[in-house]
Amino acid sequence: MLEKYLNSRLQEKEILLMTHIVLGYPSFEDSFKIIEAMVAAGVDLMELQIPFSEPIADGPVILQANQKALADGATVQKCLDFSRKIAQTFDIPFLFMTYYNILFKYGVERFAAAMAADGIKGAIVPDLPPEEGGEYLAAMQKHDLAPIFIFSPTTPDERMQYLSSFGQGFIYCVARKGVTGVDTDFSRQLGEYLGRCRRATKLPLALGFGVKEKADVDFLKGKADIAVIGSQTIRLVDNEGVGAVGAFINSLR
Amino acid sequence: MQNRGYYDQYGGAFLPEVLIATVEELVATFEKAKQDPSFWKEYADIMSEYSCRPTPVTFAENLSNYFGGGRIFVKREDLNHTGAHKANNVMGQGLLVKRMGKTRVIAETGAGQHGMATATMAAKFGFKCTIYMGEVDVQRQRPNVFWMERLGAEVVPVKEGTRILKDAINEALRDWVTNMDNTHYVLGTACGPHPFPEMVSYFQSIIGQEARRQMLEREKKLPDRIYACVGGGSNALGIFKAFLDDPVELVGVEAAGRGLESGEHAVRLASPDASVGVAQGYKTYFLQDDDGQMKETHSVAAGLDYVGVSPILAQFKDSGRVRFEAATDQEVVDALSLTIQKEGLIPALESAHAFAQAFKEAPKLSKTEIILINQSGRGDKDIFTVADAFNDPTWQEFIKKKAEEYNA
Ligand SMILES: Cc1ncc(COP(=O)(O)O)c(C=O)c1O
Repeated sequence: MLEKYLNSRLQEKEILLMTHIVLGYPSFEDSFKIIEAMVAAGVDLMELQIPFSEPIADGPVILQANQKALADGATVQKCLDFSRKIAQTFDIPFLFMTYYNILFKYGVERFAAAMAADGIKGAIVPDLPPEEGGEYLAAMQKHDLAPIFIFSPTTPDERMQYLSSFGQGFIYCVARKGVTGVDTDFSRQLGEYLGRCRRATKLPLALGFGVKEKADVDFLKGKADIAVIGSQTIRLVDNEGVGAVGAFINSLR
Repeated sequence: MQNRGYYDQYGGAFLPEVLIATVEELVATFEKAKQDPSFWKEYADIMSEYSCRPTPVTFAENLSNYFGGGRIFVKREDLNHTGAHKANNVMGQGLLVKRMGKTRVIAETGAGQHGMATATMAAKFGFKCTIYMGEVDVQRQRPNVFWMERLGAEVVPVKEGTRILKDAINEALRDWVTNMDNTHYVLGTACGPHPFPEMVSYFQSIIGQEARRQMLEREKKLPDRIYACVGGGSNALGIFKAFLDDPVELVGVEAAGRGLESGEHAVRLASPDASVGVAQGYKTYFLQDDDGQMKETHSVAAGLDYVGVSPILAQFKDSGRVRFEAATDQEVVDALSLTIQKEGLIPALESAHAFAQAFKEAPKLSKTEIILINQSGRGDKDIFTVADAFNDPTWQEFIKKKAEEYNA
């Protein structure tokens, strides 16, 4: 179970790292190399984003990675096949991140079955609130997969508890309003928000959006359990190439 | 949110968590306004004073004689201030923005009509305004960009994706998830997450309410068939809603672009090319591939060039209450030309789709039968697109000279 794995890791580390990549960006070969470097650098879990043509919750960096991957021929089936290989090769939990239409068109139950068969542990679907997710929740439960739900600073306490009642594994707290890939102010306010998240759920807390350097990760120690690195690795790969990934991850902790 | 805006399996509110609270506030504000008897009156009054409502119904006598079949009437939404039905929705939402105490509005636009209407409303009500418009549409509809900017709006050309209407919606949503505290997203059609499909068609229903009364007054009977073009579906739902319980055939006309076989079209309901999916916050028929990736669409009319369609119309397709047809770019240009010559009316390219389909069917109706066409907007503002569609040589000559003047 994902939650158990995270809690046991948290016995050894003050804060865990979750990284994110867009499958097929810049290419599937590079995706493999990036994952390899991340795992070697001690990343604790990873989000694999299946590209979608309308990623409304993503900012320019991840949006363009989605578009480029699709233009270069990434398909859902290629992503699933690739992920099976990844999960067999590397010994950390992998999650899918994608938009609901990808699951819906594939068939929600069929998608969950494929995830389970491929060794993927859970999913983050940012445009699927639990109110719309009946079929998804049932399929995830049936296949013993973790549906990860999201808290945001605009989420009232009561709704946090409601979301937590459907979530498994951990809660993904977005640091601020807005889309991915924009700077976040790591301030007292963020600390207060994380305190509010903590009180609303027993699940471990991941914090994402705008985490990009050691100072950010240090700030989160004691406030969140998992720091999520998203757009920053894509920027790094764009600017410095796949070879720079390992050293960057090592610099974070 | 109790009512999640479902129309059978279509609709819903597939939203990122960060927007849930904002959309709930909007739902609550809209529900309260609907209950408040003074609200509709306030809305109708402002539409009357500011936007020439009620818009007339015009008897198209020459066209009727030309086809020799059913008698053709035209509901004149082109006479709204800013030149299209878009004003109805925008002014209504503007009143809600005031009630919510927000100070900034954003909108997507395809043809530029909705952007124009929103920028106008923002100027009148004193809101800040940002309009997202696909780069392709900025090229197609440059005069509207000029006016939006004169009206004080910031116009952001969207360079992502297919660079048309759907991509402008995505960018507007990205702005909204960032700035919802002071910003309302004035979605321009009956699509997107609940409450937009219901809310936009609520404001647009003023079209059909008037038309029904006007037809009964003038002809002492209801029309037999009503035609409206379908982009997202707001002008169609606007005119259809008042006739849903009447024995009136309702016809929605989509953009067949370069023809259904070409694949270059925006026909979601009148062709088997679309399938049910979830994107941009709602579930409906989308033009998408087997993986659920949205396809490129094409229409000569930017306002119909969209991958999705109102969930309310998707339900009417399944139930059969509305018949869906499609008209090609060429049929539309021909219908536009004929309408200008016979009646002196200049429909927008979007609206001309409704005319094109009505013209196909008019000869088959008897002289006692009545056709009502919704002229959703006026075409004279689209002079660049229309001139291109007509391939007008003297206009091209003029543009070349004008360019030389600027170069000099
Ligand atoms: C004049 C006109 N008619 C129709 C449309 C299509 O939108 P809808 O289907 O929402 O009426 C547009 C959209 O821009 C428009 O400008």
